[in-house]
Amino acid sequence: MSEEMMEEGGGGVIKKFCYINRKAPYGTIYALESLEVVLIGAAFEQDVSVVFADDGIYQLTKGQDTAGIEMKNFSPTYRALEMYDVEKLYVEKESLEERGMTADDLIVPVEVLSSAQLQDLMEDQDVVLSF
Amino acid sequence: MATIDVAGNAVEVDEEGYLADRGDWNEEIATEMAKIDDCELSDNHWEVIKFLREYYEEYQIAPAVRVLTKAIGKKLGPDKGNSKYLYELFPYGPAKQACKYAGLPKPTGCV
Repeated sequence: MSEEMMEEGGGGVIKKFCYINRKAPYGTIYALESLEVVLIGAAFEQDVSVVFADDGIYQLTKGQDTAGIEMKNFSPTYRALEMYDVEKLYVEKESLEERGMTADDLIVPVEVLSSAQLQDLMEDQDVVLSF
Repeated sequence: MATIDVAGNAVEVDEEGYLADRGDWNEEIATEMAKIDDCELSDNHWEVIKFLREYYEEYQIAPAVRVLTKAIGKKLGPDKGNSKYLYELFPYGPAKQACKYAGLPKPTGCV
């Protein structure tokens, strides 16, 4: 896709896209790939929600230090999502509680939803992509 | 790996001319990369290049052009945060070309 195309954006039908992240940030490529897809998809000006559940909530944990595993710490990039107009970030309440965490442990502001509420959210989507 | 010659040193770049190791970056490299594109860097170019380097430092990402335009507008004012101004400075695409001179990877979302 060219820069010009991306800039035009707009037009066409707006669909509801939901990206679900369930895996720890490192060890597999899923978290980083998901983040890239969300950032690329943002150019198309769709209605985007991003959900973090299970170990996926570790993707948003504050104070990540990846020096020991020689990986790039990409967690600061989640703070750029807002500038890409990706503003609906949801975290599953049960997953936070099971890990002894609260929304204050996360690098970005999120909305905490129960498993049942997330189920409703997902049923309301046109496209659900799971990572 | 391709290289470009900067003051007698071979600097590694990828097949599209982006710096292979971000840590290698210095102003001479940026100037040389611009020269290859027949572009002479003015203070206005440097302002965008430095902005991008700070942006990357903070967010670990090279912004897409839409986001760059908006962010520049916020920081440097609407005179500079618009496509016309940025495309005049960087005719090959403000995000792509400026990121290259800034030693950053190609912006996510640009193919």
